[in-house]
Amino acid sequence: MVLNNIEQLLEKYENGETSLKEEALLKDYFSQEHIAPHLESYRPLFAYFKANQHETFTKDIPLKTKKTAMYSWLTVAAVAVLMLGFYFNSTLNITTTEDDLGTIQDPQLAYEEVIKSLELISASLNKGAATMNYLKPYNEGMATVGYITELEQSSNIIFKNNK
Amino acid sequence: MTQSEFLNIVLPFKDKVYRLAKRLLISNEEAEDATQEVLLKLWSNKKQIESYKNVEAFSMTMTKNLCFDKLKSKQAQNLKIVHSNYEDHKTSLEKQVETTDSLDWVGKIIETLPEQQRLVIQLRDIEQYDLDEISKMLDMKNTAVRVALSRARKTIREQLTNTHNYGIK
Repeated sequence: MVLNNIEQLLEKYENGETSLKEEALLKDYFSQEHIAPHLESYRPLFAYFKANQHETFTKDIPLKTKKTAMYSWLTVAAVAVLMLGFYFNSTLNITTTEDDLGTIQDPQLAYEEVIKSLELISASLNKGAATMNYLKPYNEGMATVGYITELEQSSNIIFKNNK
Repeated sequence: MTQSEFLNIVLPFKDKVYRLAKRLLISNEEAEDATQEVLLKLWSNKKQIESYKNVEAFSMTMTKNLCFDKLKSKQAQNLKIVHSNYEDHKTSLEKQVETTDSLDWVGKIIETLPEQQRLVIQLRDIEQYDLDEISKMLDMKNTAVRVALSRARKTIREQLTNTHNYGIK
């Protein structure tokens, strides 16, 4: 490489007018063992550029797929469903223990309903009372047994006399 | 889009994103965080990735914006400066020390440049994009990129010759 040429290239280089190929020529020239003494000061410049081209990024790239995000939302949804379930379950229990069958608003209708239910009660009560009829002959029997006490009284008198 | 498809798109330029972030943020850790953030943003918008004309240029623009945001935020006030050591196996120890030292100098000089010029130097001289690509990434005019590049190169050269000649900065 002619020295003159290098000097021209350097001037162009400083004006920012060199092409990439010409810059490669300069880099090659300055990586030689022997260069012109007055150009020695350029050597570290080009050496620095060359050395810096080989620095690499060594850290890991933590790539996460979107799927994991979806799963995390799934857990949130599950918890929400569970909590809603507990909530509604507890409110349901309260209504059933109160045994609330509702009220009748119309008084006439309410009256009729009461009558109906009372009739039902009395009918079944009468049914039970009917079976009580069997107690009547029992009472009659008991009355006849009453005569025995009279007999006992008289017999007592007899025994007293014997004493 | 599966993870492996995504990685195939992203892996070729993830180092470039990292280096660009490091150029602006200086700290290794900050740059790593920024890179991760950029890649995760791409991943979360993976459905739109096919509609981007140039994913690489798009991510570089994203990185630039993200780094500017980070620099503006309060968090940036406790940035750490971490220097990396570069090795050259060919040269002798004495020369090696000298070159790593002068390489350090180049790094330090670049750090003092304005952000815009740092970006341009990084994209052009290290990542070797052509000017049109850079102007798209940085949303600048082609000529503006050229001017920034020229200014940056001249500043670096001047400072470097000063240090080289006098041994002082």
